[in-house]
Amino acid sequence: MAKKDSNFISARESRRISKENIKITKKLDKKLNRKHVPESEYLTKMHDESNVLEFDDLHTYFFTDVGTVKAVDGVSYNVPAGKTVGIVGESGCGKSVTSLSLMQLLQRPSGQIVSGEIRLNLGDKAYDVAKMPIDAMRHIRGNVVSMIFQEPMTSLNPVFRIGFQLDEVIQLHNPGMSEEEVKQRSIDAIKMVGIPDAEGIYQRYPHELSGGMRQRIVIAMALVCNPRLIIADEPTTALDVTIQAQILELLRELKGKINASIMLITHDLGVIAEMADYVVVMYAGRIVEKGLASEVFLDPRHPYTIGLMESKPVINKTVDRLYSIPGSVPNPVNMPDYCYFRDRCEKCVERCSGKYPPEVHVSDTHIVSCWRYFDDPKRGGNE
Amino acid sequence: MSERSENVLEVRNLCKYFPIKAGLFSRVVGHVHAVENVSFTLKRGTTMGLVGESGCGKTTVGKTLLNLTPKTSGDVIFNGNVELDKMSAKQLREFRPKIQIIFQDPYASLSPRLPVGEIIGEAVREHHLVPDNELNAYVSRIMKSCGLFDYQKDRYPHEFSGGQRQRICIARAIALNPDFIVCDEPVSALDVSIQAQIINLLEDLQKEYNLTYLFISHDLSVVQHISDTVGVMYLGNMVEYAGKEEIFANPLHPYTKALFSAIPIPDPTVKMNRIILEGSIPSPANPPKGCKFHTRCRECRGVCSRIQPKELDMGNGHMVACHIYDPESGYDKEEAK
Repeated sequence: MAKKDSNFISARESRRISKENIKITKKLDKKLNRKHVPESEYLTKMHDESNVLEFDDLHTYFFTDVGTVKAVDGVSYNVPAGKTVGIVGESGCGKSVTSLSLMQLLQRPSGQIVSGEIRLNLGDKAYDVAKMPIDAMRHIRGNVVSMIFQEPMTSLNPVFRIGFQLDEVIQLHNPGMSEEEVKQRSIDAIKMVGIPDAEGIYQRYPHELSGGMRQRIVIAMALVCNPRLIIADEPTTALDVTIQAQILELLRELKGKINASIMLITHDLGVIAEMADYVVVMYAGRIVEKGLASEVFLDPRHPYTIGLMESKPVINKTVDRLYSIPGSVPNPVNMPDYCYFRDRCEKCVERCSGKYPPEVHVSDTHIVSCWRYFDDPKRGGNE
Repeated sequence: MSERSENVLEVRNLCKYFPIKAGLFSRVVGHVHAVENVSFTLKRGTTMGLVGESGCGKTTVGKTLLNLTPKTSGDVIFNGNVELDKMSAKQLREFRPKIQIIFQDPYASLSPRLPVGEIIGEAVREHHLVPDNELNAYVSRIMKSCGLFDYQKDRYPHEFSGGQRQRICIARAIALNPDFIVCDEPVSALDVSIQAQIINLLEDLQKEYNLTYLFISHDLSVVQHISDTVGVMYLGNMVEYAGKEEIFANPLHPYTKALFSAIPIPDPTVKMNRIILEGSIPSPANPPKGCKFHTRCRECRGVCSRIQPKELDMGNGHMVACHIYDPESGYDKEEAK
């Protein structure tokens, strides 16, 4: 059947897969669409009360007609209160899907959280977001957790005024508030993100603003309900360097002001180094390395992390030739059992052909998934 | 055509204005000053990096050089004596293979209906660069030098990943045996690990075929890696131009300084002393009077808003357009704001 191209599947096979998928996704969807679910069903306890968010062995799959794509395949990490966690990886490594799982914004019915827990700390109680029905999720989104998207043009509605779009968020989460109060709060939010003439901007439409200004409005919208956690999904990728510097400065300043945690998703190692306290490196749906920013940047262990850092040209550091990781990311359908990076890795050992490597603790906070450190966690990254 | 002039490209006072049309009869009501008075020369076998924020006119420079959009005024001279806009259609057609362009988005710049072998070979056949019976072997050789495999010749672009598509675009440009290639943000749409592969490929090909690149990018770290000379543009003007070592070690223009300090460095121990620019780039349809940067400049003084600065030669091939370095401008005598 599968001849020279391993991606090939017959029409009959595809039909069988899609039938099966419908069965699975219908069941999962039904569970999510229920109304009036008792809170007790998704109440949970944080493993560590100082964390705002804990991902625990999260599996998010996409059930497509060519097979199941394991976009997130067993991801666990924590977001401590008041800290910034940077998630870095190439496109398609599952960094965005992790955050979309948390917001339950996955493209349904094909995208589904299959197993695992996402524990969200609300202060006096904790919810397991993975089990929450859509109905209850509405009180969380934009209120406790809010999100800043990559493209500021597409995340604002072009037919409504800025003020209306900000007011909408506040009214939805604070039904008792009077109109004047709501407006005042919107204007305060606009002022907070460093836009002069807040009243004027309140009346404008998104197309009247520049890219940097729009991104500020999106940030204002995310902050308006005093969230405990802000997810910034590539917040500066679409912006120029000088505007990027402004926005990063703003995020850093605001984090201190409102005492929230930030989950920063980006492929730019420079941005991560500047902003993050903790770094999570993802590859093909799995975490390959995580730790304090200083540990991961100054002492990277996983061959992928090392390769990623060497392949980016750095200002004031001249190399004759850039290092490039050979090959490309494997096909996400039918992932192998062994380490996903094995085929591109220049440092692989015999064991790499066996099972997927377990987590190895280099230090209390620094964890790497690689066989090379299994016997000797203290061994250097470049040996 | 003299083949071996040392300067592949000379640009003098290049200007490009786009008319703004309005009203019932599409009357011209103004001009967008996309490129104004840009001059530089490019030596054979070198790379010039062109950096700046979006909307500063760097892509327009690339396009006007190749006469893809006609220029408003100024001179663009290839190989010492070739001026595209003074050529007849037939001459232009003959010269075209010498100058090529690689576009930013590899998803948009390849025809989805042609197999890769045809994409690369089409122009070669049209220009009769190799005999028809050798075309197939020629295309295979070009593909190989760009890191593509022979069996991929019959595949269509949608079967390739972003990095491979960019390789196809590069192969298409290289196949015509050009002297000069405009690389318009060739790596910005790619992932970091793929970026490195493409940059290495461009460098290898440069050595092999003695190519000259104009490398347009907003990513300064990439430009620093690949370029020999760097030009910084702001709102249609070239504000600073120098050799790579010179400009990165000793940036003079306040805009260049701010731009360089804004680059994030992947090392958490480095604490940058960052110059944050206020506001964003003004509209090129209605640029500020005097120095175009004065609305965002920290060191702006009275003269900056009145007179446009001249291009000054600071020695060592370092050009800068700023009143601070011009003793005749009277900048020193005025009070700082």
